[in-house]
Amino acid sequence: MRTQDLVATAISNTFRSKLRTTLTVLAIFVGAFTLTLTNAVGAGVSQYVDAQVGALGSPDVFIVTQASQAASADDGPVEYDPNGSAMVSSNQGPPGTTTQALTDADLTTISDTAGIESVDPVRSVQPDYIENGAESGTQYEFSINATSAVTTADLTAGAQLDGGSSEAELVLPDTFVTPLGFDSAEDAVGASVTIGITDILGEKHTVDATVVGVSLESLLAAGAGANDALIAELAEAQSGGIDTAVTSYGVAIAHFDDTLSAEQITALKADLAAAGYTASTIEDQLGAVQTVITGIVGVLNAFAVIALIAAAFGIINTLLMSVQERTREIGLMKAMGMSGGKVYTLFSLEAIVIGFLGSAIGAGVAIGLGSILSNVLADGLLSGLPGLNILLFEPASVAFVILLVMLIAFLSGTLPAQRAAKQNPIESLRYE
Amino acid sequence: MSADLVIDARDLEKSYGSGSSRFDALKGVSLQIAAGETVAIVGKSGSGKSTLMHLLALLDEPDTGTVQVAGKEAKALSRREINELRNKEFGFVFQQFFLTPNVSVLDNVILPLKIAGIRGKQRRTRGLEVLNQLELADKADKKATTLSGGQKQRVVIGRALVNNPRVIFADEPTGNLDTATGAVVEDILFDLNREQGITLVIVTHDEDLAARCDRQIYIRDGLIVPGGAVHSTDHSTDHSTDHTTDHVGTHTGAHNPTHAAAHTGAHSGTAHPGADATGPTASTTPASTTSVGDAS
Ligand SMILES: Nc1ncnc2c1ncn2[C@@H]1O[C@H](COP(=O)(O)OP(=O)(O)OP(=O)(O)O)[C@@H](O)[C@H]1O
Ligand SMILES: [Mg+2]
Repeated sequence: MRTQDLVATAISNTFRSKLRTTLTVLAIFVGAFTLTLTNAVGAGVSQYVDAQVGALGSPDVFIVTQASQAASADDGPVEYDPNGSAMVSSNQGPPGTTTQALTDADLTTISDTAGIESVDPVRSVQPDYIENGAESGTQYEFSINATSAVTTADLTAGAQLDGGSSEAELVLPDTFVTPLGFDSAEDAVGASVTIGITDILGEKHTVDATVVGVSLESLLAAGAGANDALIAELAEAQSGGIDTAVTSYGVAIAHFDDTLSAEQITALKADLAAAGYTASTIEDQLGAVQTVITGIVGVLNAFAVIALIAAAFGIINTLLMSVQERTREIGLMKAMGMSGGKVYTLFSLEAIVIGFLGSAIGAGVAIGLGSILSNVLADGLLSGLPGLNILLFEPASVAFVILLVMLIAFLSGTLPAQRAAKQNPIESLRYE
Repeated sequence: MSADLVIDARDLEKSYGSGSSRFDALKGVSLQIAAGETVAIVGKSGSGKSTLMHLLALLDEPDTGTVQVAGKEAKALSRREINELRNKEFGFVFQQFFLTPNVSVLDNVILPLKIAGIRGKQRRTRGLEVLNQLELADKADKKATTLSGGQKQRVVIGRALVNNPRVIFADEPTGNLDTATGAVVEDILFDLNREQGITLVIVTHDEDLAARCDRQIYIRDGLIVPGGAVHSTDHSTDHSTDHTTDHVGTHTGAHNPTHAAAHTGAHSGTAHPGADATGPTASTTPASTTSVGDAS
């Protein structure tokens, strides 16, 4: 038998017992549907994270802290060192983690490390509110993203911050546009806003800044962006004119040579670690988020695969019944000179056809429903995360699901196909 | 005298089951069939006719004994060669129709061609040609299940001859049919023999059909018996049980296979010369290979 005849025969045989085929296809459908959706969730979320990483930008940046002092339990208390700096709370690591602060001496050490081009301390400022500088209307609570000076904002209007500018510049999150009385994002660009801040002595100050851009709010970089000039002004206002003896910072941002290769970056990290600092790239930090998401998607995928394994038994059952039912037909074909191998191929192909039907329909319906669901969610539940397309159907992963199911179907078809192939034509034809 | 033997079977033995349930269906049968001959295998139900036909058609292997097809030893052929042989040289009409339901008449007829790997268009042309020959052209696209018994049997014959076989093996081709339809089917088969020289091996209960064949092989309890004997004993044992005494049954000597084989060889030998005289290939040059001659 020619291959195309085998395929055509397998397809038409599949449709011979419609109810049975439908039920088996349905079982596969469930598995393929689930698998397509979970993969889409994984792809959607990781694409979002990638976009966020892109927004956070700068691939040539380390976030540097003192190496964690989280002493193991049996080390006992660490002796106080008056020359050591204070402990500061930082957002590096689990909540509640404190790391020793970086002093100016540390910054020098870091910038002297070969491969590091410059290092800037991250000064965190806590403004109280923001208001429209022109209209002096309602004041809104407000925060500034400390690392915004080194990151790239996901802009909807205007331009990125200019680090070198001596003007105080601000990138406004788009959620503030309407409350502050601007007609549109474009309208907000160029406007002047007033930021209120309280100093350490409890006195209130205001600082004026110009909006240079409007950004989409991002999952990983909440708050407005401020350039160095604005941060410096705010920090000064916050300090209330008192110059603390030792300036200390929780985090510093170090720029390294962006021509370094991945191995060289790793080596550089090791150098900094040897000097007592923890350096991580923005990608390293987001990697943790992605690991969690990958884990969740993995669990969901496992459920889908379990569904597929159940469906595989359905295929075996269907084909065994089919072989039983078609004993005479098989016997006849063998009597007429069809080889066992061809009979085997025929039944395997039938299994594959069933697998293809189930997976193609499952994937198709998943894409259809998923696209609708994704749109509904984007406008509703997930509207707070602009740019997140929770279900992303990648052609390659959909094709992979279909091929995987066809492979499972083929494997399920082995036993029945073998049985058919081994049939003795005489016995089969004698069968009443 | 063994000129152009299509099939040369020697000392075939076949038993089913084992131990106490062992049943010897054939106990040493030798049979030669020349090209273009029509041979009837006649005998009562359970005598081993179908078993013999299956062995001759290489559908099954004998426990002992040999089958040669067109001078080639079946045992020496690979499985693929045997498949090829059955596909290209043989046509089959089984005791039941074995038509695939829900598939069109044409598709049923062209099944052997499909297995042979012939292309779709050629298959269709040849299938329609055969259906025309059998006056079934108008049914080509109908489902096989919608046909009458006689039409089904004609479709089955169509399937058997679609590959232009050298031999058609027919197991009770008229068994399921009324006399009139049966006669039509018989005519078709004998026309094929006359016009295309296809060798016919027909298993039948029907004495009239057997009589139309060049030669009759009478088989009883797994052995070939002389025509007259089986004919008379058939009647005499119609009301007695299968395995009880009658002179043919008792002298088979199942305990002494060699002895039995010698006898059956002789019997088939006596049946053969008649066939040679009437067979369309009798005029071909005789080859000197040993055949039934050594037994007569
Ligand atoms: N697969 C088998 N297992 C056990 N016994 C078998 C098998 N096939 C055939 N037999 C036995 O072998 C004997 C011969 O069977 P066979 O089918 O050749 O008879 P037959 O002459 O064709 O009969 P009928 O005219 O009824 O078709 C029977 O007694 C049958 O019971
Ligand atoms: Mg029979």
